[in-house]
Amino acid sequence: MEICETYANDRHRMLDILLDVQDRFRWISPKVMETVARQTGLSRIEVEGVASFYSFLSQTPKGRVTIRLCNDIVDRYAGLEEVAKAFEEVLGIKVGQTSNDGAFSLEYTPCIGMCDQAPAAMVNDVVLTKLTAETARSAAEALKAGTSPSKLVNERFDDLTAHEQATRMVDNNIRHAGEVLLGPVPEEAGLGKAVGLTPTQIITTVENSGLRGCGGAGFTTGRKWRFAASEKAEKTFVLCNADEGEPGTFKDRVLLTERPHLLFEGMTIAARAVGAKEGILYLRGEYVYLRKLLEGVLAERRRRGLLGKDILGVAGFDFDIRIQLGAGAYICGEEGALISSCEGLPGEPKTRPPFPVNRGYLGYPTVVNNVETFCHAARILDRGAEWFHAMGTEGSHGTKLLSVCGDCLNPGIYELPYGHTVWELLEMVGDEDAAAVQVGGPSGTMIARDSFHRRLTFDDLATGGAVIVFSGERNILEIVEYYMSFFVHESCGYCTPCRVGNVFLQKAIQKFRKGLANAEDIEYLKELSGTIIETSRCGLGMTSPNPILTTLKNFPLVYSAMTKPSKDRIRATFDIQSAIDDARRIAKRRSYIFDKDFSQ
Amino acid sequence: MSGTEKETGFTFTIDGVEVTAHAGQTIMEAADEAGVYIPRLCDHEGLRHQGGCRVCTVKAGGRSVAACTQPAAPGQAVENETPHLSKLRRDLVEMLFHEGNHLCPICEASGNCELQAMAYRLEMVEPTKFPYLEPCRALDASHPDIALDTNRCISCGRCIRASQDVDGKGVFGYVGRGIHRRVAVNGENLAHTDAKVTDHAISEEVCPVGCIIRKRVGFVTPIGEREFDKGLIGHEIEEKRHD
Repeated sequence: MEICETYANDRHRMLDILLDVQDRFRWISPKVMETVARQTGLSRIEVEGVASFYSFLSQTPKGRVTIRLCNDIVDRYAGLEEVAKAFEEVLGIKVGQTSNDGAFSLEYTPCIGMCDQAPAAMVNDVVLTKLTAETARSAAEALKAGTSPSKLVNERFDDLTAHEQATRMVDNNIRHAGEVLLGPVPEEAGLGKAVGLTPTQIITTVENSGLRGCGGAGFTTGRKWRFAASEKAEKTFVLCNADEGEPGTFKDRVLLTERPHLLFEGMTIAARAVGAKEGILYLRGEYVYLRKLLEGVLAERRRRGLLGKDILGVAGFDFDIRIQLGAGAYICGEEGALISSCEGLPGEPKTRPPFPVNRGYLGYPTVVNNVETFCHAARILDRGAEWFHAMGTEGSHGTKLLSVCGDCLNPGIYELPYGHTVWELLEMVGDEDAAAVQVGGPSGTMIARDSFHRRLTFDDLATGGAVIVFSGERNILEIVEYYMSFFVHESCGYCTPCRVGNVFLQKAIQKFRKGLANAEDIEYLKELSGTIIETSRCGLGMTSPNPILTTLKNFPLVYSAMTKPSKDRIRATFDIQSAIDDARRIAKRRSYIFDKDFSQ
Repeated sequence: MSGTEKETGFTFTIDGVEVTAHAGQTIMEAADEAGVYIPRLCDHEGLRHQGGCRVCTVKAGGRSVAACTQPAAPGQAVENETPHLSKLRRDLVEMLFHEGNHLCPICEASGNCELQAMAYRLEMVEPTKFPYLEPCRALDASHPDIALDTNRCISCGRCIRASQDVDGKGVFGYVGRGIHRRVAVNGENLAHTDAKVTDHAISEEVCPVGCIIRKRVGFVTPIGEREFDKGLIGHEIEEKRHD
């Protein structure tokens, strides 16, 4: 089969193969799985393991046009329901269905990184933003009349440059440009200086700058590079994590659109520091609309001698980058899972140790850094460690991109030095009336007004970038329930506590929302959360109970208002009506005792 | 690993008991050799470590880690049987009970079942508080000698590794994600695979629960004379220590 041959029948390119299969046949049939298995020398079950893991791969036929509505909480509050209804009515299918003629599929998908312009949707590879019932209706009607998705964006879409195409689909919403990333950036200045330095000098510079990973975990970048550089190995790899899936995060989207050269410059510098010849940009499937733009930038860099052999004329400085597209899996933002995904496996985290810097991609030492981190590194090489170190606060140096969304006047990107208080940020975004702010997305911290004096630093309120603002009209428990359902959807299922425990947490929150909880259930939430955090295998399970734990701490009244004491030794959580429902159905009659309006 | 490195042993402690290990050994491997039992479900002698069930969670150097995958470190103080860890393990075992359909009285694995035995060992004696997920997956009885009831599967993956690494086959694999992740077979059903009842993956010792069923031998050993009727799970390892 030619798709497999495009990738030299390489099993490590399984995700690419299956994405191409999905694009062409709209599903991955058992027959295709057998063919792919044969071509790549795997068993069918191994192919099926990959095909069934990623949300954007399907084992049932999908429509020629697949519409994925982002159902993040921010989109819901921005009017998702009416948008979904408009699509349903025009296309004649419900969300989750495919039309009988195979033309359309309509489904929900978690955060696609467009929370500053919600509600948003992906229509095949095209992104539609700021949807309303009216625009959704006209888009659906146009699609039904045979208009290609890209024409929904612009009549002459194909004549636009890749950058124009991307920015016509998606606004960047840069609200505040800081000194490091979004202000003026001279071309290749960092790389130019890096070629004059030894790898050790590069690493020392990055170490001295105090740069820490910007994806959320905050590991010291220089140390990561030093570990990888000190490994004696045949090959070393540099991977860029552009899988920002944390609901409410969209900062990397803006860098990928506006600073792709800076990103690749940073990766090239990292490659020189650790002696890597090959790099991978892991681009989340939701950002497929940026692929053409990024491929174009890579091609341009190869032409200009900034990638490929003897970069900038330095003999032996060889490095190139390929793009690995993801396929809808939040867990792939975890570095081990990201590596698994690049290797053509289900996106499951790897057992640590060994750490990726020792044995990562295909067993070789691997540096994995976030998009923003690489961009910072390139700027640090240009301007020096001290310049960067002087910004921010002790332990949190430099600037940070914050993606702000939710109930505020100016959602978008703010590049600020570390150390601002939440109040200061809210002043800038135009919402001093906020009732709650989710810092760092669902895996971060939900704070109330009494904590708005806290600072955005690694030591106080750490964030990978997401800041979601909620007004007093929002239901905290509804938000928490949504976030728990997100983690249930995105858990890889490898370990027991995260796979099963999060489902239990979700069910417990549902009980609170229905008013069926009692005081003991608060203890239950805390205990269960504790077990999940302590026994989970990776960062997902170690943070997934945070929506519950941080709201229990900062919004205790919300929970106590929803609990009631148990009466008559019957636990309030016991709902007799739903308990006897099955029996009622089977017996085909109602309960004489428990149905109040029972009459014969 | 060179021979000399392997011989250079070091010691660490588990609940205060000194244990000898060599470089590259996991905490659990060293513990097993020393006759200290660390509860586990997904780990099984002779198979690759997976670190999925997390029942072997111990505290090492103040951090909670899976003993089956965490390398032993010289001088480290490992906690194993503390009330806190037993509580975590009990929670995990309860999660597995509630995730599937585990009705011991009607299960032919009762008495040989490691999940059941682990519940006894961890003193899971009170009614549990978790909700039941009650899966409803079709029984696969297509194979002449083997049946599969994945409603009882605990996703330990021992059959997957045994089939791949010991039998050199690949009859089983994981499919799906999250709570929908489960063990499936390489084909439409078990009859369409090259599984044989003589495979190591199908043998009594590999599946810890009553998911992989060998037909026509169900009650050859009567209840009361089964493996865990004779002693707590882990007693074989612990007996080494008393020797």
